[in-house]
Amino acid sequence: MQEHDLSFVRVEMALAQSAPSSERGLGAWIRKNLIASTGDTILTIIGIVLVAMILPQLIGWAFINAQWIGTDRTFCATVAQGGIQPDGWSGACWAFVNAKFGQFMFGRYPIDERWRPILVAILFVALLVPLLIPKVPRKGLNAILFFGALPIFAFFLLVGGVFGLPHVETSLWGGLLVTLTLSFVGIAVSLPLGIVLALGRRSKMPIVKMLCVIFIETVRGIPLITVLFMASVMLPLFLPAGVSFDKFLRALIGVSLFAAAYMSEVVRGGLQAIPKGQYEGADSLGLGYWQKMGLIVLPQALKLVIPGIVNTFIGMFKDTSLVSIISMFDLLGVVKQNFSDPNWATPQTARSGLVFAAFVFWLFCFGMSRYSMFTERRLDTGHKR
Amino acid sequence: MASQEILREEPSRGSFINDPKVRGIFFQAVVVIVLVALVWWFVQNTIDNLTRLRIASGFGFLKSRAGFDISDSAIAYSSDSTYGRAIVVGFINTLIVAGAGIITATLIGFILGVGRLSHNWLIRKICMVYVEVFRNIPPLLVIFFWYSGVLSVLPPPRESINLPFSSFLNQRGFYFPRAVWGEGSWLILVALLLGIAMAWFVARKARQRQMATGQQFPVFWTSAALIIGLPLLAYALSGFPLSFDYPKQSTFNLTGGFQVKPEFLSLYLALSFYTAAFIAEIVRAGIMGVSKGQTEAAGALGLRPGSILRLVVIPQAMRIVIPPLTSQYLNLTKNSSLAIAIGYPDLTATTGTVLNQTGQAIECVLIMMVVYLALSLLTSVVMNVVNARMALVER
Amino acid sequence: MKHIAIGILGAAALGLVASAASAATLDDVKAKGFIQCGVSTGLAGFSAPDDKGDWQGIDADFCRAVAAAVFGDGTKVKFTPLSAKERFTALQSGEIDVLSRNTTWTINRDTALGLNFVGVTYYDGQGFMINAKKLPGVNSALQLSGAAVCVQSGTTTELNLADYFKTNKMEYSPVVFEQLSEVDAAYDAGRCDVYTTDQSGLYGIRLTLGSPADHVVLPEIISKEPLGPAVRQGDDQWYHIVKWTYFALLQAEELGITKANVEEMKTSDNPEIKRVLGQEADTKIGTDLGVSNDWVVNIVKAVGNYGEMFERNVGSGSPLKIARGINALWTKGGLQYAPPIR
Repeated sequence: MQEHDLSFVRVEMALAQSAPSSERGLGAWIRKNLIASTGDTILTIIGIVLVAMILPQLIGWAFINAQWIGTDRTFCATVAQGGIQPDGWSGACWAFVNAKFGQFMFGRYPIDERWRPILVAILFVALLVPLLIPKVPRKGLNAILFFGALPIFAFFLLVGGVFGLPHVETSLWGGLLVTLTLSFVGIAVSLPLGIVLALGRRSKMPIVKMLCVIFIETVRGIPLITVLFMASVMLPLFLPAGVSFDKFLRALIGVSLFAAAYMSEVVRGGLQAIPKGQYEGADSLGLGYWQKMGLIVLPQALKLVIPGIVNTFIGMFKDTSLVSIISMFDLLGVVKQNFSDPNWATPQTARSGLVFAAFVFWLFCFGMSRYSMFTERRLDTGHKR
Repeated sequence: MASQEILREEPSRGSFINDPKVRGIFFQAVVVIVLVALVWWFVQNTIDNLTRLRIASGFGFLKSRAGFDISDSAIAYSSDSTYGRAIVVGFINTLIVAGAGIITATLIGFILGVGRLSHNWLIRKICMVYVEVFRNIPPLLVIFFWYSGVLSVLPPPRESINLPFSSFLNQRGFYFPRAVWGEGSWLILVALLLGIAMAWFVARKARQRQMATGQQFPVFWTSAALIIGLPLLAYALSGFPLSFDYPKQSTFNLTGGFQVKPEFLSLYLALSFYTAAFIAEIVRAGIMGVSKGQTEAAGALGLRPGSILRLVVIPQAMRIVIPPLTSQYLNLTKNSSLAIAIGYPDLTATTGTVLNQTGQAIECVLIMMVVYLALSLLTSVVMNVVNARMALVER
Repeated sequence: MKHIAIGILGAAALGLVASAASAATLDDVKAKGFIQCGVSTGLAGFSAPDDKGDWQGIDADFCRAVAAAVFGDGTKVKFTPLSAKERFTALQSGEIDVLSRNTTWTINRDTALGLNFVGVTYYDGQGFMINAKKLPGVNSALQLSGAAVCVQSGTTTELNLADYFKTNKMEYSPVVFEQLSEVDAAYDAGRCDVYTTDQSGLYGIRLTLGSPADHVVLPEIISKEPLGPAVRQGDDQWYHIVKWTYFALLQAEELGITKANVEEMKTSDNPEIKRVLGQEADTKIGTDLGVSNDWVVNIVKAVGNYGEMFERNVGSGSPLKIARGINALWTKGGLQYAPPIR
């Protein structure tokens, strides 16, 4: 006979029990997130109604009913408007965007020379991507190429007039080319200038400090459009007879100075956040002013304000659209200019063009903000309280 | 290290060149000289250019007849008015659209900001999509969207949409009856002011009583009764002096009544919706900045979620929210200058027209800059006062 | 402010600073090898870029004529599109050498803005356009009381409009835009009942609307709009070159010199034709002006005579189909009249 041992020692762990059915699955998720209370339910219903009102219309307009191909306005006009679409049709006219795509990208840049901006764009991406991916080595060389060599190369390639390349006036530039050039130069100029201004504002020299404060506060107090007006109608009168600026360059200066003022306030925020001990520590090591700032303070300060810097970049990128008001043709300007093309004038043209422009702007801005969040997490050295 | 040795041996000579003070003075002197020279150069060039080209200068042009009409004007203005008055009209329009925009943007922004932290998944996501979309497209584009949207969706004037209270909506804007105040209507205004004053007094007393005894008083209903009831009473007493001017159909447009133009409507809506996305982010950050313990403690005290938000979270969040909110208000005011793109006669647009008609670029741009600067400073001052009052709540 | 200095230095380094002299525009133009010409941002018939980006129109052709007179080559011209707001500053500052941008000649612009108008290349007048389909029965501008009127800001048009409605005791509500394309779009979308600008412009704009046939231009002309090229004050030589280029275009038409027959005409027996074309012995007409003696030949070779220029850009040879009217030569009942070239 086998003897039964009554004492029981459990050798293995009890299996975890699944959560009660009220806390499990789709039902629980819905109960928790959508209909937790009466108020919640009402909100959910309102939300569903909103989505149901907007989403199908949007999808229908942008995809299902959209006209993707076509050669002129008849493809995007209803029968009553002299086109091929049934009456009451409402859909995006992507055919218009398709037909004008070259213009939207390059403006009136001569068609035979468009390989030049394309080449610059390829180089730009080829240098930018490794710069953005943290794991790729040789960041220093990459940065020198990107901020030093590329602009010079791009300048000669885009403007031309040397090495047998025909000269392309800036008045022919347009579209995304102008938007990106303005933004890139604006970013490249405004960051160092902003740092100088921020340092000047915190300087112990009263006159320098005062000048910086006046500049920063004045520029921050006025709208960009005023600055651009100043650049386009006032600046020429300031210069001696016989000297005149390229219009594009004037807009560049306006946008860069404007962004620099905002940038300097962001950088100042970072400088203020650096504890005094760091400054004193640098002083006690016998470092000079620029060594102290360049080696100790700025690296820490700039790291702190990366989100602010990127926000300023995003703001500037969006602000470049304002140059269309001083009759320069950036992306938005070119898109708007094409609305008056009689070949494409339909009720849907303007809407489709604006949506396309909005999408391009959105893509760049959203990309920048996501990348900034990523960098912020990566650089988070755990100093945050 | 070498300089230290020199310092010890010959303190006076070594320190003269290396003395930060001396260097500072020298550097500043250089900056000032360069700056003065540059400004002098600019001024000289400008004077040269103006005299050589025989361009008129000075602000005398402000007193001459403008000769052009302005569509939206809050004060009396005709083509016989002066350039100066045209600029003032533009300035008032800027104030109107910025003021209205700030109020609406704040409202929408707060709703969205709270919505992004809602327990409700759907609401949270809707608010998130809204914020991410509007934050990342240029305001100018938003304005164009509204404008082309308003113009393409609404019917022409002959097929106006009829709304209640004899209001109409069409491509030319939103029309509603305009109140015409008759004899004795001042009484209504007095009654309204009296009502507001009494409501404020009641609210104060009620708060004191609650502090002292814990008893509550239905402040909201009493105030509502006072603010609405008193003017109604005055209206009846003064013999119903109010009549309405209704919009009527004429050959081209609706005439009479009060018209809100589509330019104003789209600018106002665009500015509100665009800025609301930024305010939402600020509000969210503000609420998240209030530590969770506060909410939990309030909950432990038995407050309901609504009261927790109103009495505990928002007052503390406001302290974080106000400084960035100020800069958003400033941005909105500055962005209102984009009115020029859709033809709303704000300061930039009217001053631009004056610039065009007179050709006096320098004067006109200066006026624009000074007015915007003054507006910015004023907004900053007001918000700083509000901020200071909020900060005082700290105990 | 020191940053502007940095900007200037940077600009100089980048080589984007263009140089244009005020005292001797001709020398300067010759030195840089082309004429910088200010045109509109796009107005059919006057100055508008075609599909290839080449500028077409009377105003653009006038600049080519000046280039032909100076260089003997009508292609040595570069165009700067300018908004109404920028146009005068651009000329004043020397950014452009000639402003040929459907600009109305007024006393104020001659005296207070430092411009010199050289003549009238197109006699225009302000008119009104309405959508006849939407507004049946309206056939006179005097019936427009209460209308919403689309107009470009900062133009003489805006002022004339105010005056006209005031004089006729009519009400209107202005809808004002900065750029012509915005005015077009707003009118096409039905934001306003009436579009007002120079009549020639109305014909051009009508073509770009969704359904051109629906729109009619009302008969009234409410203002004089003499459109012409302008130069800076203070340089008489340049002023003369541009002015006489215009007169030469008229003179060529008067004498029947066309793009096609200009080479034959050189051997003409008519002393006047010989003189105008610089075929007289020891002629100094051209060199005195500062250009070569065969300047008229070059002009006509480049753009034809005034009549050809007109028909090609706005007249029967163009989609606009505007009649010569008062822009005909004085010999044909019009206003175009050139002083003798002798």
